[in-house]
Amino acid sequence: MFSGATMNGYWASLCGGMLIGLSAAAFLLLDGRIAGISGIVGRLLLGQDRSLNGAFVLGLLLGPVAYLGAFGDWPVVRIAVPLPLVILAGFLVGFGTRMGSGCTSGHGVMGLARLSPRSMAAVATFMATGILTVTLMRIAGL
Amino acid sequence: MNPIRVRGFLDIFGAWDPSLAFVMAGAVGVATVGVRIMRHLSRPVLDTEFHLPAARRIDGRLIGGTALFGIGWGMAGFCPGPALASLPLGLPAVAAFVVTMALGMTVHDRLVVRSK
Repeated sequence: MFSGATMNGYWASLCGGMLIGLSAAAFLLLDGRIAGISGIVGRLLLGQDRSLNGAFVLGLLLGPVAYLGAFGDWPVVRIAVPLPLVILAGFLVGFGTRMGSGCTSGHGVMGLARLSPRSMAAVATFMATGILTVTLMRIAGL
Repeated sequence: MNPIRVRGFLDIFGAWDPSLAFVMAGAVGVATVGVRIMRHLSRPVLDTEFHLPAARRIDGRLIGGTALFGIGWGMAGFCPGPALASLPLGLPAVAAFVVTMALGMTVHDRLVVRSK
């Protein structure tokens, strides 16, 4: 039973993913770096490579503006979780990505593309705890 | 980028939404081409060398950190990239997430790393 998406939606997902892959590939071939968002933001907060990391974050922030220009509407972003949980989740994501040296972009996209065993272990771990968390929250009615 | 869809992807025992698998397939597929091209280059176009992660070991920090990240990712449906990219939409919950994410990173980098 699939829900919440049409075939049209899957094409959009695939194309969006390819754009993410293109930006990661470009960052690797031009700047020689892994496009890992948590690493980029973390280093920016530590004041390292300010211009490079700042430019990357600025590009991220301009993404929805480009989307608005292309499709005439803002992308859909809906959060259906109570604010205290969002606040806790943000902290866990920030702390966890720095401790585990990566997130869905660095370990997920680039790590898997590089066939890195560390990243494969990382992806298996965050997929497992993510699935567990969503499942427990659904059972708890959150 | 939409947290509801992300949480739908992780809800494999409920109303599963496979969209994110297509996103990941497209991203990893194209990134793999980039990695293949990189293996034929001695240096990147705009730098003197490639800066690739040196770490090889699968240790407690990797597993513990990614486990915590996964809990937060499942809880809100946000990972760092989409959270930042959603900031211009001006949603208070997104701003709250980004602020606490930055706090979590700072707490880790300034307190945990320094206490070693």
